[in-house]
Amino acid sequence: MKLHEYQAKGVFADAGIPTPASELADSVDEVLAAAEEIGYPVAVKAQVQVGGRGKAGGIKLVESDEEAREAAESILGMDLKGIHVDRVLVEEAVDFVNELYVGVTMDRGEGKPVAMVSTRGGVNIEEVAEEDPDAIVREHVDPAFGMHPYQARKAVYEAGVDRAVANDVASVLRTLYQLWDDKDGADAEINPLMVTSDDEVIAADAVMNIDEDALFRQPEIAEMEDESASGDELEQKADEYGFDYVRLDGNVGIIGNGAGLVMTTLDLVDYYGGAPANFLDVGGGAKAERIANALDMVFSDDNVDSVVFNIFGGITRGDEVARGINEALEQFDEIPKPVVVRLAGTNWEEGLEILNEDLVTVEQTLEDAVQRAVDYAEEVEA
Amino acid sequence: MSVLVDDDTRVVVQGITGGEGNFHAEQMIEYGTNVVAGAVPGKGGQEVHGVPVYDTVEAAAREENADASVIFVPPAFAGDAVFEALDAPIDLAVAITEGIPTQDMARVNKRLDEVDTRLIGPNCPGIITPGEAKLGILPGNIFSSGNVGLVSRSGTLTYQVVDNLTDRGLGQTTAIGIGGDPIIGTDFVDALELFEADEDTEAVVMCGEIGGEDEEEAAAYIGEHMDTPVAGFIAGRTAPPGKRMGHAGAIVSGSGTGTAESKIQALNDAGVPVGDTPGEVADAVEDLL
Repeated sequence: MKLHEYQAKGVFADAGIPTPASELADSVDEVLAAAEEIGYPVAVKAQVQVGGRGKAGGIKLVESDEEAREAAESILGMDLKGIHVDRVLVEEAVDFVNELYVGVTMDRGEGKPVAMVSTRGGVNIEEVAEEDPDAIVREHVDPAFGMHPYQARKAVYEAGVDRAVANDVASVLRTLYQLWDDKDGADAEINPLMVTSDDEVIAADAVMNIDEDALFRQPEIAEMEDESASGDELEQKADEYGFDYVRLDGNVGIIGNGAGLVMTTLDLVDYYGGAPANFLDVGGGAKAERIANALDMVFSDDNVDSVVFNIFGGITRGDEVARGINEALEQFDEIPKPVVVRLAGTNWEEGLEILNEDLVTVEQTLEDAVQRAVDYAEEVEA
Repeated sequence: MSVLVDDDTRVVVQGITGGEGNFHAEQMIEYGTNVVAGAVPGKGGQEVHGVPVYDTVEAAAREENADASVIFVPPAFAGDAVFEALDAPIDLAVAITEGIPTQDMARVNKRLDEVDTRLIGPNCPGIITPGEAKLGILPGNIFSSGNVGLVSRSGTLTYQVVDNLTDRGLGQTTAIGIGGDPIIGTDFVDALELFEADEDTEAVVMCGEIGGEDEEEAAAYIGEHMDTPVAGFIAGRTAPPGKRMGHAGAIVSGSGTGTAESKIQALNDAGVPVGDTPGEVADAVEDLL
């Protein structure tokens, strides 16, 4: 789960990381009032979950009421990479002399947390990592002990951070690690961490992703989730149903159990000359209702011309799947899009007996099922 | 005819009184697995499917000489359950649970360096030596005994590929589902080492997917150290960059590594044929044998 900038900044500030004065606003009047209170110049920043907000016109630096009004009017209500902007953060503009990067994430290759520092902040850090990997100092942390103060100092000195602010930056890094650890972070980043002419350090941006699997023990973070919803209606619906769902560009709807098998089904659709419309994993042990919800999801996508249902039961049972498919399709006078079903594994024979073959096309193998679904989609397009 | 588990393996089921643990303990016993105990805090003294339940894994290991553990414990408590197995101690722990917080697994991973236990999983279907023992949730009926080793990051994809193998009369020595989480115990290289050392395994199938660099590392290992031929499959060729496809393992950074192309390329460079479909993987294995 990704926090909005203003949410992450709140979490960082509570932990003692210096952040600029800021206020959230959802109208032009509120922007003006906030700017008045903070004092010009201020930055007006769209609060949506997309990268490159600045380049897309979602962040503006303003120095007067007139400019603030213009910025608020243009940003509030705009569509930023497909997501409607309904809130902005009005923030003190920091006068900086240097921009640093600090971050904490899980190094999956090492199976250990890693803290990172770079003097090349304020730019796309992934690009820096690729062009000049040595520009980012990495310090692995023992998850049982946490980050020792010396490790934070070592990373900061190695990165070549100005001595005047080295201790403060080390302190920010260690606080960031502690937060990441306490809040079950996936990533926690500050880019840029600004250094002012008075040798102060201030977090001018804040990124915090939380491990979804750990939300059960992070009630305060979980409460922020409603406000972080994705902009895509279908993906929101998938969240409500609790599916792993990704919308794609094609016209063959895909439902299956298990991420690897669903991805393989996508790949086969492509292999047979079709184009996948989505990735939908019903997960393990899905009951009939869940199967019906999955069909509802895929039928809701106007781009879908045919659907392939690929279930290989282990923990999931073929009879439950068949009941779900019947349940979903029997509500229609006319089936909205042709559905091809392939059932294998646990209770597949029982499943095929239950399945109403007037409503679906049954195929025995994965290959045949995918090919048939691609053919159906082509017929619709023709 | 196997690696890690056979009909001598003495298995304790952690969480045997829960819904999943109870159901799959029964399935494992029906398959012929030598399940000797259950372990559930506070449920010591009970009996489930004819096996005694202990309050701790340590007691189960001590009283019943258990040397392997299968973990069906809800995610919030599963990290602790793995620690308990490691400290019991148990030789082999198989964690089926999906959704264990990553930071819990980082701590488990640290402890794994300090103990002799081998961990499989978490978020995996388990391990099976056909006809002898299964530890996990794999549907036993699709497997058959033979000379092909299989290691996979994805559960249902394992079933699909096994189905294709069995269909062609290609039985398996052992199949290991290593799981798709960011931090796992046994990885591809570990499993490949085991198959390489196993006299009965004459070919290996490796099923990977997008995300991470485990397949690339496995390819390097195969190229340098393996005489046993390997065939591969990589799921997620059509996945768009930056999208998370299901579990955490399957995210493409878009930066060149972790993509299906880079994995397939690395495997091909190591002399591993990679099938475009699961059926083609079975064809490739036939050619290798």
